[in-house]
Amino acid sequence: MQPGSLILSTMARLLLPLQLLFSIFMLLRGHDLPGGGFIAGLVASSAFILYLFAFGVPATQQVLRVDARTIAGVGLVIGTLAAVPPIFIGEPFFKALWWYPEIPLIGEVSINTPLIFDVGVYLTVLGSVLAIVVSLAEAEE
Amino acid sequence: MLAAVLSGFVLAALVPWLQPVLGRRAGWAFAALPAVLTLYFATFLPQIVGGETVWMEYTWVPGLDVNLSFYVDGLSLLFALLISGIGTFVLLYASDYLDGDERQPRFYVHILAFMASMLGLVLSDNLITLFIFWELTSITSYMLIGYDNEDAKARRYALQGLLVTVGGGLALLAGFIMLGIVGDTYTISELLKQGDVIREHEWYVPLTLLILLGAFTKSAQVPFHFWLPRAMAAPTPVSAYLHSATMVKAGVFLLAKLHPALGDTTLWMTLLPLVGAITMFTGAYFAVRSTGIKGVLANSTVMALGTLTMLAGIGTEGAMIAFGAFLLAHSLYKGALFLVAGALDHETGTKDVLKMGGLRHAMPKTAVLAAVSALSLAGIPPLFGFLGKELMLESVLAAPYLSAVLALLALGTAVLVVIVAGIVVIRPFFGERTETPKEPHEAPPGMLAGPAVLGVLSLLFGVFPFIPEGLIGAVASSLAGEQISVSLSLWHGVNLPLVMSLFAIAAGAFLFTRWDQVREAMARYDWLYERGPEAGYFRTLDALVWSADWQTRVLQNGYLRHYITTTVLTTVLLVGYTLATRYDGGFGAGLEVYFYEWIIAGVLIASVLFACVTNSRLGAVASLGVMGFTVALIFILFSAPDLGITQILVETLTVILLVLVLFRLPGFMNFSAPQQRVRDGVVAAVMGVLVTSLLLITIDVQFAEPISAYHLDESVPLAHGRNVVNVILVDYRALDTLGEIFVVALAAIGVYAMVKYRVTGESSPAEKEDNQ
Repeated sequence: MQPGSLILSTMARLLLPLQLLFSIFMLLRGHDLPGGGFIAGLVASSAFILYLFAFGVPATQQVLRVDARTIAGVGLVIGTLAAVPPIFIGEPFFKALWWYPEIPLIGEVSINTPLIFDVGVYLTVLGSVLAIVVSLAEAEE
Repeated sequence: MLAAVLSGFVLAALVPWLQPVLGRRAGWAFAALPAVLTLYFATFLPQIVGGETVWMEYTWVPGLDVNLSFYVDGLSLLFALLISGIGTFVLLYASDYLDGDERQPRFYVHILAFMASMLGLVLSDNLITLFIFWELTSITSYMLIGYDNEDAKARRYALQGLLVTVGGGLALLAGFIMLGIVGDTYTISELLKQGDVIREHEWYVPLTLLILLGAFTKSAQVPFHFWLPRAMAAPTPVSAYLHSATMVKAGVFLLAKLHPALGDTTLWMTLLPLVGAITMFTGAYFAVRSTGIKGVLANSTVMALGTLTMLAGIGTEGAMIAFGAFLLAHSLYKGALFLVAGALDHETGTKDVLKMGGLRHAMPKTAVLAAVSALSLAGIPPLFGFLGKELMLESVLAAPYLSAVLALLALGTAVLVVIVAGIVVIRPFFGERTETPKEPHEAPPGMLAGPAVLGVLSLLFGVFPFIPEGLIGAVASSLAGEQISVSLSLWHGVNLPLVMSLFAIAAGAFLFTRWDQVREAMARYDWLYERGPEAGYFRTLDALVWSADWQTRVLQNGYLRHYITTTVLTTVLLVGYTLATRYDGGFGAGLEVYFYEWIIAGVLIASVLFACVTNSRLGAVASLGVMGFTVALIFILFSAPDLGITQILVETLTVILLVLVLFRLPGFMNFSAPQQRVRDGVVAAVMGVLVTSLLLITIDVQFAEPISAYHLDESVPLAHGRNVVNVILVDYRALDTLGEIFVVALAAIGVYAMVKYRVTGESSPAEKEDNQ
């Protein structure tokens, strides 16, 4: 794939961090407002795809640092692990657990297994979509 | 009890690790398990002989009424003792017989698993559990028959046995389910108490026929008898085991087991004796016709199975006692004879009786042991086989139906069996010394232990018939469903059975001296056999292969577009037909359509039409994208922002992916012909109409309250989330989502593999390694 247009490459460089931030925002608010792991994963992957179109495969892989397939694998592991904790307190597999620890300066935060699971979904979707697009783009070059 | 049944499977799984540690004597060590099991089952003897039964249950799939329940009565106990007892000798024997064979560990795995399956089969008190063990015996015996996996014949006949028995097994399952519905339980011991209900039910005839089909195929009754002699491709210890105690008797066991529930009807009392008697005679006939020692014995097993089926069908008290006695007698002598046959084969290097002779000098111990068991087979006093045969003849003469036919066939069989006994003993061990491929000498002790113990038991039970009396009484009681007491004696006066016996011995002995002429005479009717059931089996198999071939050519031609057309048309035909004939409600009555919805629909239709007529791929992709965004608009209008966002993102990615793929394709070179386009258009339109009607119907039909209200109400209190879509995804149905993300990852791996390792492109990593 030929890196081309100046406008595209400038925009891609600017948009990548913004879009990633936005995707994390979508991920975290998903439980109460439109969003969630799946959507956030798609947003994040489109950020990288835009970068890919602007700068080509090697540059994108440098930004990613890890192989896309690894990201998907880590996502699957996290998603599966999120189902495990309830077993230790005698609850069924995948029963949602919620903690509200107090953290100085920030106040009460919520840590819960559905969110961990959603992070797994996020990473799996991101990794899978990127793996597909990157391998197709590579085949083209 | 559960441990007793499953221990065989556990040991089988451990064999690969144990074998190298134990070395050559592994078989002796493994034999310890069935030996212990024999002792364990023997502890039940006093209770069972005393008329009690033992029952225990372990829950397995409680929701489906499938439990691991075990029931010990006389019948089950006799079988369990035979399985574990003869299993002990078979393992000891195999240790010597297969000494030095590198496939020996695999043999132990299979035979131990087989033994455990058989034990489960005879002890189960649940129809479904019984069926599972039943099929396990089919599969493990398939492995055992096909032991010599490099021999095409062994593979072919192993498959033949598997197909016949598993085909029957399917019928059996259907019969079991019907029986379970009729009796309202899958617990066998409870079904046996409901005989009257079952016999009067309108399903009695079909369900009985289905169960009989399963039992007949398993126990090699005519016309399914052909697979059993073919199963001789198995190594001899296996044959001994399959024939004496187990696999093939599973069908007979089932007939006996279900007798209290299904027996005592005209259907049962005519069909079973008739099929059994014909099988009995056929088996004896082919036993005399064969010259391979294992073939002779295998066919005589068919004879025994026929006899047992006949006795189970006659259903008088005498027949039930005869069933128990004959079963025990046959297991003892047949197990021993097969082990002797194996010793002969092992020591002389041939299986053909015609090539053996005068071996008594080289193998004196084997000769004596063979003679004892063969005398029992021929039914000569004072061996236990004589008792079994006398009881059989007696009950045949007293049969309520078809007595004359059965008696004639039984007499003919008795004559032939005397010849068979001569073939297996006199021919190889006596007469002139013949040269054999290997220099014969006495078999090792491990191979003689089995025949010795079994032979002694044949003699002991014959001389002192009160020893097995209690057990046989318990077996007869299980068959009858009520208490039967038995008293056996060797001598019961001069009566018709004794006269028949004497005649059979005399005629058999005379015919044995002219065995060569008898075989010649029989050879004239071989053409009949060549057109028999086995030919039918092979023709059926050929037809199956042909039709599979044909449907593959028609349906799986390799063109994606044809697959889609086939799938779509099948759906339209099946769903459309059902819709036209079954549905008589309205279509989307009271559906309100706003003006902007008309506009959206217009845009949708326009983009579809453009995608169909455009000559540019990119244009087609773009117009499909328009469709996707329009659908997203609909989602948002109906207040589903999550779906809308997802749809937009997915649509964007789809267009990107399609563009990446399309880039690599050559331009539109081949336009489809107009008539093809018309055809595809019609298919698409029909599918569209169908889906639209289905959607309109869903609006009209509401069987249950929508679940959405519950989700909306419980979302915050139960899952702390206000976004119901996300709550469903990560909480209510998180397990589904987990499955889905695995699918997503798999799809990515699939694309990666397809792009990276194309057939014409780069070689796969494995190939690269090969090349290095």
